[in-house]
Order: sequence, then structure tokens, then C-alpha cells
Amino acid sequence: MTRRVDLLIVGAGPAGMSAAVAARQYGLDVLVVDEQPVPGGQIWRNIEAVCGTPREKILGKAYSEGLWTVRRFRASGAAYEPATQVWQIEPGPRVLMTRDKIASSVEAGAVLLATGAQERPAPFPGWTLPGVMTVGAAQIVIKTAGQIPDEPVWIAGSGPLPLLYAVQLLKAGGRIAGYLDTTQKGRWMSALPRFATAAAGAPLDMLKGILWLATLRRRVRYISNVSEIEAIGDNAMERLRYVTASGKSETVYARLLLVHEGLVPTIHPTLALGCTHQWNSDQDSYAADLDCWGETSQNGVFVAGDGAGIGGAKAACLRGEIAATGIALKAGVIDDQQAARLARPLRARLARALSARPFLDSLYRPRRSIFVPSDETVACRCEEVNVAGVRAEAARAGRPGPNQIKAFTRAGMGPCQGRQCNYTVANILADAEGRETPDVGLYRVRPPFKPLTLRELATLDSRDAG
Amino acid sequence: MFKKIHDPSPNSVTVHVDGMPVCAEPGENAATVLLRQAELWVRTTPVSEKRRAPYCMMGVCFDCLALVDGALVQTCLAPVRDGMTIERQLGRRSVAS
Ligand code: FES
Repeated sequence: MTRRVDLLIVGAGPAGMSAAVAARQYGLDVLVVDEQPVPGGQIWRNIEAVCGTPREKILGKAYSEGLWTVRRFRASGAAYEPATQVWQIEPGPRVLMTRDKIASSVEAGAVLLATGAQERPAPFPGWTLPGVMTVGAAQIVIKTAGQIPDEPVWIAGSGPLPLLYAVQLLKAGGRIAGYLDTTQKGRWMSALPRFATAAAGAPLDMLKGILWLATLRRRVRYISNVSEIEAIGDNAMERLRYVTASGKSETVYARLLLVHEGLVPTIHPTLALGCTHQWNSDQDSYAADLDCWGETSQNGVFVAGDGAGIGGAKAACLRGEIAATGIALKAGVIDDQQAARLARPLRARLARALSARPFLDSLYRPRRSIFVPSDETVACRCEEVNVAGVRAEAARAGRPGPNQIKAFTRAGMGPCQGRQCNYTVANILADAEGRETPDVGLYRVRPPFKPLTLRELATLDSRDAG
Repeated sequence: MFKKIHDPSPNSVTVHVDGMPVCAEPGENAATVLLRQAELWVRTTPVSEKRRAPYCMMGVCFDCLALVDGALVQTCLAPVRDGMTIERQLGRRSVAS
């Protein structure tokens, strides 16, 4: 049977939980659904179980702080359905989902997508070999299972997350064979003009970053200006080759390599819904077009958190509260003036929470080969289409777009539905055709945007299907 | 490839990886169990039959697909249960079955 709620929130991370708490305070009836079995999102994943164990110390204070938000969410009176996959959102809005193999639909006054971010796909030769994982994945493995690599690991990447993970790994007694910093030479100079704003707005975060860097430089083999990496092996990774900007190259024994090149907003649901999107040139990614309350171009569908643009947990919580305020306004619970008054302090805090972003975005802007990898690199992991294959199709007449490339090469047709190759294909086409990536655009995304079995579909009862 | 940093939990459960009984902890998922096995892989690809292992651990890459209790699922999203069977996958293409 179709259920009805005032507000359906997809995602129980910082933004979703904060929005739920705020919306409950406005008196709305709220349902939160989430893919994971427990609340917290990726950043505070499994926090309720980890708190009070030695793992909490290893993960650090920014992780522990999440417990407060989780507790407020648990006490908020919002209905919460974990382990639920949302696979379609229709105008209305109406949301279709599956939990425990049973499909159902919910009609909502408003839908808030608090679906966060994913790590930016960062293709390089050998990135599909077992033994290559993302840094975020390795961090999730500590949070959910208390597991660390059982031999010295290589880390290659750029951004705050690999620094944080490396420090956590050392605290947990793990060993790091080497840290390959892929931050490009010269980025410090370009980022410098934005440093003052960052240091003034987020002094503690900046200090923390500097301390992480100092710890790593002291305790592990730290190689700067790495411009190329390659994982080599047959059934699994056996060796790692890297090249620095000055041309120095080395091939080393390596069974496990963790990589990270920043985050990009989750846009799969809003693409499938046909929302308009905007290119963010600072973050080299798209995000749904949003008004000042976080509402997309689809009436009643809102986005908050890193899905609105990468900003971190604090900004995500605030964006969640702002969206809840906008949703209460739309529901007629508060009027324009009240909404504006309530949102003013939230917006001021949001601006502060985002003050380090321009600096970080500029400093950690990925190198060009992340966007346009070498010809032999696999672009689409699912269908194993390499960059040369995409280029060969791009060379045909008529400037093919991503959807034609998909039809010709099968890139983007596998189970991940382009989540790992969408940007890569767009960037390769832009490069080959002398266009800008936002002019090329992305694949069309069709529902269901999560795989679903026919048996699950059949459990939607006939009244739902209409 | 991965190891626990804490002593085995007293309320551990048993799951079967390709028929072999192995210990698992409530709260973890099938992918983290697979990451502890001697051979690091969970499936082979349908196109070139190359081995793959979990890559993102957050449900976006689908490289952790394996048969859990007979159904092809993302193992990084499958919490363990006592008696669960996990089977590495050879080249199966479709998720929906
Ligand atoms: S490891 Fe990427 S979907 Fe499970």
C-alpha cells in the first residue's frame, strides 16, 4: 500500500539526520530511509557501536562528535527504516524503494535527498586489480569491521581524507610502505590567495591538517609531486610503479594500494528524476540546481549535504536544517518571515563551515590524467571499456555524446550504471572534440537507479503500481 | 589482506565462504569477511574473466558482487548473519535475477 508522509528523507548521514530533527521540531511527520543498517552516513558510519571501544580513539574526535547528532535523531520521533534501497523517484513526489526484498511506495509532501557523496572515480592503469581500493573504502572497513591492512600499505592521493586515514592507520598499529602525494606541483601557489579566509574561518581544521602532514612526513616514506601511478599484476596487484613530476620513477613491491582524489556529489537520483544540474568548476563536478532552501527544479524535491556540493559534515548538518526550514515553509507550517528569520543564523554558520572549501578545492584539484587517463586505462570498470575504445568512437563523425558512446561501446551499461565512468567518458569526449566537459554532459540515467529483481518488483501491490 | 585490530568478539557468528566455515562478527558485512580471506577476490568479470575485489565499500562500484544465500548482491551492503553462505561469482552478468 502507498504510504503518505509530510517529508521523506533519503539518507541518514549528517544532513538527513539534522533535517529530520529540525522537521520534527516543525511538527512534520517524517520518514527517513537509508541504505545502511545503522544511522551515521559514511562519515559517522557505525558510530553507535564504535563509541566506547578503543576504535573510537583511533578514529578521532570529529568522528565521535557524530554520536550527538545520531542520539538527537534517534530521539526525534522520525520514523526510521534502515537497510532500504530507493530505486525510483517520480514527480509528485513519489518514491519507490525496497526493504528486505519487499518493494513499496511512499507519497510525500516533500522529498529530501541527503545521499551524500562518492569518491571521485580516479582511473589509472591497473585500477581494477584486486589490491587496489579507495582510501574511503579502507576507512569504512575500520569503522564497520575494525580491520586494517595486514601488511604495509601504499597510499596514493590528494586531499584531507588520505592524510586523515594514514594518521588513523598509524594509531591503529598499521604500517604504511609509502605515501604518494599526488597534489600537483604549483597548487600551493594557486591556493595561497584563499588561505587567509580558510585559516580565519576554520583555524582548527587547518591546524589539524598541518599536523597530520607533519606526522606523516616524520613517520613514513613520503613522496611528493607524484604525477603517475600504475598497478601491475595478473590476478591481483603485485607491483606499483610511480613517476614524479621531475621524471623520477620507481617500481616497488605492493599488494595493497589505497587511492583517493577527492569527492563528488551523488547525482544519480536527481539525474534520473530529470532535475537540472549545474557544473561546479571549483570541484570539477555537477550538482543539482538548488534554490536558497535546497529545492531542485522538481517541485517538492530537495537536496542537502554533500550532494549539494562537497562541504563536509558541519556544512551538511546546516544544509539539512535549512532545507527542513524551507520544507516547513512550503508546508505552510511557518510563514516567509519566520522562515527567513530562522534561516539567517543557519546561513551564517554555513558560510563559516564552508570557509576552508575554496582553499581545499584549489589545493587539491586533481591532476589532468585523473580526468583524461592514458589510452590503456580502463574507463568503464563494469564493461571493461578502455580509454582508447572511447576515443576510437569519439573519432567518428558527428561529435558523439555520452549516450552514443554508451550505445557503441557499452561503457556505462553495467551494474554501476555509470557511477564510475560517467565523468571519465565526458572528459575524454571533451578532450577529443575540443569542447568543455559541461558542454558534453553526462549519460542519461534511467530508473530503476539501483538494481532490483523482478521478484522484488512483483511485491509492489497493484494499487502501488498505478 | 585485512586483519582485525581487536580480539575476536564473544558473540561471533559463522558464515560459509565458498563452502568453508569462517568466523564473522555481527555488524560487519560480507565484503569485510571476504577481505580477510587468503585470496583477495570476490568475482570474475563477465567480459574478460578478470578477478575483482571490493573497491568502494559504499555501494557505488558493484565490484563486490557475489552470491549471498543464493542471490547476487553487493556484499558491502550485506550484513552478516549466522549461517550465511557467500560464494564468489564467476562471470555472471546480471544483478537482477
Ligand atoms: S565495494 Fe563497491 S559496491 Fe561494494
